[in-house]
Amino acid sequence: MDVFDDLVGQEQAATVLRRAAAAAAEVLAGGRGAGMTHAWLFTGPPGSGRFDAAKAFAAALLCPDQGCGHCDACHQVMIGSHPDLESVRPQGLSYGVKQTRELILRAAGRSTMGRWRVVLFDDADRATEQAANALLKAIEEPPPRTVWLLCAPAPDDMIITIRSRCRVVTLVTPSSQAVAHALVTRDDVAPGVAESVARAAQGDLARARRLALDESARGRREAVLSIPKSLTNVGECIAAAEKLVKTADEDAAAATAELNESEIAELRAIYGEGSTGKGLNKGLVRGGAGALKELETAQKSRATRIKRESLDTALLDLMAFYRDVLAVQFGAPVELANGDRRAELEAAARASRPEETLKRTAAIMRCRERLAANVNPQIAVEALTLALWKPGN
Amino acid sequence: MWHAAGMGNAAPVTLVSGDEELLADRAVASVVSSVRAAEPTAEVHDLVGAKVEPGELTRLMSPSLFGDRSVVVVRNAQDLTKDVVTETVKYAAHPSDDVTLVLVHPGGVKGKALVDGVKKAGAQVVTVAKLTKAGERIDFIRNEFRGLGRTIAPAAAHALLDAVGSDLRELAAACSQLAFDTQEKTVGEAAVARYHRGRAEVSGFNVADMAVEGKLAEALEQLRWALSTGVAPVLIVSALAGGLRSLAKVSGAPRNANENQLAGRLGMPPWKIRNARRQLNGWGPEGLSRAIQAVATADEQVKGGGTDAAYALENTIQTIVHSRNGR
Repeated sequence: MDVFDDLVGQEQAATVLRRAAAAAAEVLAGGRGAGMTHAWLFTGPPGSGRFDAAKAFAAALLCPDQGCGHCDACHQVMIGSHPDLESVRPQGLSYGVKQTRELILRAAGRSTMGRWRVVLFDDADRATEQAANALLKAIEEPPPRTVWLLCAPAPDDMIITIRSRCRVVTLVTPSSQAVAHALVTRDDVAPGVAESVARAAQGDLARARRLALDESARGRREAVLSIPKSLTNVGECIAAAEKLVKTADEDAAAATAELNESEIAELRAIYGEGSTGKGLNKGLVRGGAGALKELETAQKSRATRIKRESLDTALLDLMAFYRDVLAVQFGAPVELANGDRRAELEAAARASRPEETLKRTAAIMRCRERLAANVNPQIAVEALTLALWKPGN
Repeated sequence: MWHAAGMGNAAPVTLVSGDEELLADRAVASVVSSVRAAEPTAEVHDLVGAKVEPGELTRLMSPSLFGDRSVVVVRNAQDLTKDVVTETVKYAAHPSDDVTLVLVHPGGVKGKALVDGVKKAGAQVVTVAKLTKAGERIDFIRNEFRGLGRTIAPAAAHALLDAVGSDLRELAAACSQLAFDTQEKTVGEAAVARYHRGRAEVSGFNVADMAVEGKLAEALEQLRWALSTGVAPVLIVSALAGGLRSLAKVSGAPRNANENQLAGRLGMPPWKIRNARRQLNGWGPEGLSRAIQAVATADEQVKGGGTDAAYALENTIQTIVHSRNGR
């Protein structure tokens, strides 16, 4: 029983990491420690648990028992309060060079507990090119006891110079049985529900959990999956697109509104608003306005990101739907993500040819590319719904 | 008794309030010239609000030993310091006979104490607000020609407005130039067309309207005008998308439904629905679909996916126009 047991469906990666943790302990004891290195890149599809794997490895490095999972060190790593763990999760669209330089400075410190100093950088693909270049030197030759753990969806998402300096840990998409099992044992989800959401999420553990525990997420998925049926004329296509984009906007607004306010209030307090006493004025001290503006820019970037991610989730659900349609059309013996909508899938499969289904999936991918390229979401999604309606154009 | 000749028609204190610079300048000039008409040697002090020191106005406005007339003009009066404002308001209550004071204030909240103060003291107020409606600008053009002893045909006035744009200073200059260059009493459309060509202000909406109505040549021409006057390509794309979107929405609605009833359901104002119904003529579902796809491609290209935004737009407009009859 150790920290790596919690990783879902990643037996191979866990073996590699256990060995590395043992080697790391050997290094601390003064040995050679073959199998441990100073920079790691965790890659894998969304929901495969890159961050969880990296965190488990961090715990194994910082725990005197190589990741027992129940000592203070392990616990502190899991809740993110360990003094030797520097954890970074970019909130906005990108991670800039300025923040990266600050991070490098923090990473250069000595470990306080005498073991390792671990930098855990989630979504490292969000680092801008400049930021990634700033990382190079630090990653190539960190101080003796500093370990960098980067997480990104695929090795190609990082610039080649970073990739070549890291040891890559590849995580795989967990099987839906593994995901369902995790949901049943950890979140007390009923086995039937767990299996259906695990299939629907296609191996994305986080998404499966959200679908199982959050009713509104399930409702939204239903709404998205009813789109293909509703596209009967141009007007309906435009209306469906409008609804999708509006839902994404609302998601972003709901997720950010409260957070934004408390952040702004906090920053205002830091800059002395409402302070009383001699020599203090009521307004912000110098520099306050600039800092506020910076915060607002960061918040806007975060809102855009949430909006894009919400749209992307919807697009992936649609993608799974048409994948299933294609599987039905070809009679392929694969697990259907939307097995509960069998009748609908069959109707869609009968009503179109496989070429059309492929064109539809291509249109979905195209839409995702457009969204990433900053195309106006409404325009991109309108083009998508129209292509789903009549893929011939 | 030359003193009794008075100060022309000008009030001792005039407040010119409003943000239209040309009209403000003219109001100041008319006060100055009316004083000069009565007293050709009158001295004019032209001051800028921010630079007026306390006491300076009192010095300039105190009666002269020799009874000379003077005009004191304060521009950007919103920048006057608090002390100077108090001084000015106090003076406005008891103005001197020999001095004409003109305060130019752009409107707005800044320096409101001054505006309220001198108004209460009984200053003459001249309001020079920006012209916002096309009709007001046409009237302005007509008045310009009347002032020059000429008239202009309504169509010619419209053509001039289209060609020169809405800046009054430029319009005034164009009017006086036209009056100088032409002989006829009434300036006609032909005269305007001889000296002015093209359009100064084309918005993305003009381009979009032409494109969805299938007027290829006009749409491309308007596009070029829009781009050359600095309309961002992104705005043109979004106008195209907006135009096609309203067509698509209205095309899905029942044909015989009342516009006012549809307005709520489609989330569009009734006039827009009426407009879209007119433009829908010649559009079929396949064509609309193709046109909207083309706009999405264009948006991608103007945001860095292509090398030439102007080409992407032209290409899209062609696709839109050609999709029009593809039912």
